[in-house]
Amino acid sequence: MLAPALILTLIFKYGPMYGAIIAFKDFSPIRGILGSDWVGFYNFEKFLSSPNFTDIFMNTLKLSLFGLLLGFPVPILLALMLNQVRRAGVKKNIQLMLYAPNFISVVVVVGMLFIFLSPTGPINQLFSLITNEPIMFMSKPEYFRWIYILSDIWTGAGWASIIYVAALANVDPELHNAANLDGANLLQRIRHIDLPTIRPIMAIVFILAAGSIMSIGFEKAYLMQTATNLPTAEIIPTYVYKIGLQKGDYAYSSAVGLFNSVINVVLLVTVNFVVKKLNEGEGLY
Amino acid sequence: MFIKHSRLDRFILMLNTTFLILAVLMVLLPLIYVVIASFMDPSVLLNQGLSFHISDWTLEGYKKILTNPAMIRGFGNAIFYASAFALLTVMVSICAGYALSDERLKGRSLFMTLFLITMFFGGGLVPTYLLVKNLGLLNTVWAVIIPGAVNVWNIILSRTFFKGVPKELREAANVDGASEMKIFLSVVLPLSKPIIFVLALYAFVGQWNSYFDAMIYLDNPNLHPLQLVLRSILIQNQVDPSMISDQLAMAEMKKLSEIIKYAAIVVSSLPLLVMYPFFQKYFEKGVMVGSLK
Repeated sequence: MLAPALILTLIFKYGPMYGAIIAFKDFSPIRGILGSDWVGFYNFEKFLSSPNFTDIFMNTLKLSLFGLLLGFPVPILLALMLNQVRRAGVKKNIQLMLYAPNFISVVVVVGMLFIFLSPTGPINQLFSLITNEPIMFMSKPEYFRWIYILSDIWTGAGWASIIYVAALANVDPELHNAANLDGANLLQRIRHIDLPTIRPIMAIVFILAAGSIMSIGFEKAYLMQTATNLPTAEIIPTYVYKIGLQKGDYAYSSAVGLFNSVINVVLLVTVNFVVKKLNEGEGLY
Repeated sequence: MFIKHSRLDRFILMLNTTFLILAVLMVLLPLIYVVIASFMDPSVLLNQGLSFHISDWTLEGYKKILTNPAMIRGFGNAIFYASAFALLTVMVSICAGYALSDERLKGRSLFMTLFLITMFFGGGLVPTYLLVKNLGLLNTVWAVIIPGAVNVWNIILSRTFFKGVPKELREAANVDGASEMKIFLSVVLPLSKPIIFVLALYAFVGQWNSYFDAMIYLDNPNLHPLQLVLRSILIQNQVDPSMISDQLAMAEMKKLSEIIKYAAIVVSSLPLLVMYPFFQKYFEKGVMVGSLK
């Protein structure tokens, strides 16, 4: 019964890992992966020494790092706030509404961004009361990161709060009562009862998020790219797609992709190690 | 609860309520705007924004979008891809999860490691693409359905679920002379409806909302799912000229294409947004099982 999953995994997950050796080859489609000549780390050196490297690498890093720093606390705050809502029905309904954007596709979210932020769109209609010139949100590189990260929070924060809400629901009310009798105010109780309860989950969510720092969404960044915002919007995954599948430079593109994967794994291991140290031995593995 | 609130506490609770209302508004206002705008006369919308006079409203956007052949085809394709993908994923993950939950299976931890590695490390976009190409799957529906069918989360999810099914049930069936296959089909599977439902919902929604695999693997526009059609309308601004009659002047066309976009958003997102509240508890269950292990 394990066979279907095992076979599919070997073909479609391990197959490409084997295929990744074309990153070390001077790939010629006629001679195939095995027939092509080895070139060692040539493709990696080409990427590391290319003039694009610093920009693309830093774009990827900044986008996901800022995304993590801004996005990570929001679901936690939402959960803590929801936890204070007394009536279960009200709480349920608020959650229902906060989840909604999670079910909207990337294409539609980015489509909405283009419509809302267009020079004649509603946001600029609002701003026109203050400024005379419409703001070109989608075409200016300096806005790309903000738009990307804030819209990500809009889409996912409500949904991401589920797990914290669930953990908080397990807190024994007696603890709060006792603390209350001892004179602890609401903030103190949140800090000393609620937060420690969800700390292990925070650690795991953080490790997972940090482990995928370099693999942030191709899907959304690619859709959000315009001819003029590329100086900040080009990230490694979109670059890999463009040189690999659009320009057909398979070997070079695979090298860039592989470079990215390796950094990812290194990050995951490092973050797990650090969190384990800080979190009394509780890590992901 | 016997908690007594001090004045400070009450102030914080008031702030809390305010922030929650703000959060809900921030989530809902854009959606409400899109829905109202989709009914607006485009010239009014562009000149003065939303209006609540019935005379400024029109169904033009919906007429165009609902009669557009590409949209209709996209809908059909999306339903097919999402259902087929959900079916395959559920079958594969349930089987693997069941096998991995059985302590008699030798090398369980080895297999598990094999799956887990793929969560964190992959061959990358180009090698995957080349593989799909070499297997002859390019421009076939299989390219969208098969490569992503194994999802490690889903396997963990179902393994966790099956671990919770009492061993005694299986043993009892065994004593009654049922074969392994029979036990799985007639004892375990009927108990597994919740997990099947959770996995199927996740897979369906995920596939319904994705565009990437279809974009790289499918050139043939007849195979394009809804999200790719939406991408050309919403992001590449390619409103099909046949949607707008030629007699209209360019300016009119441009205006009309705006509400066509709004209508397209509503038409494509509404089904899921209407459905998910009914399935909310299953989605939540999925998140919980997956994360708390």
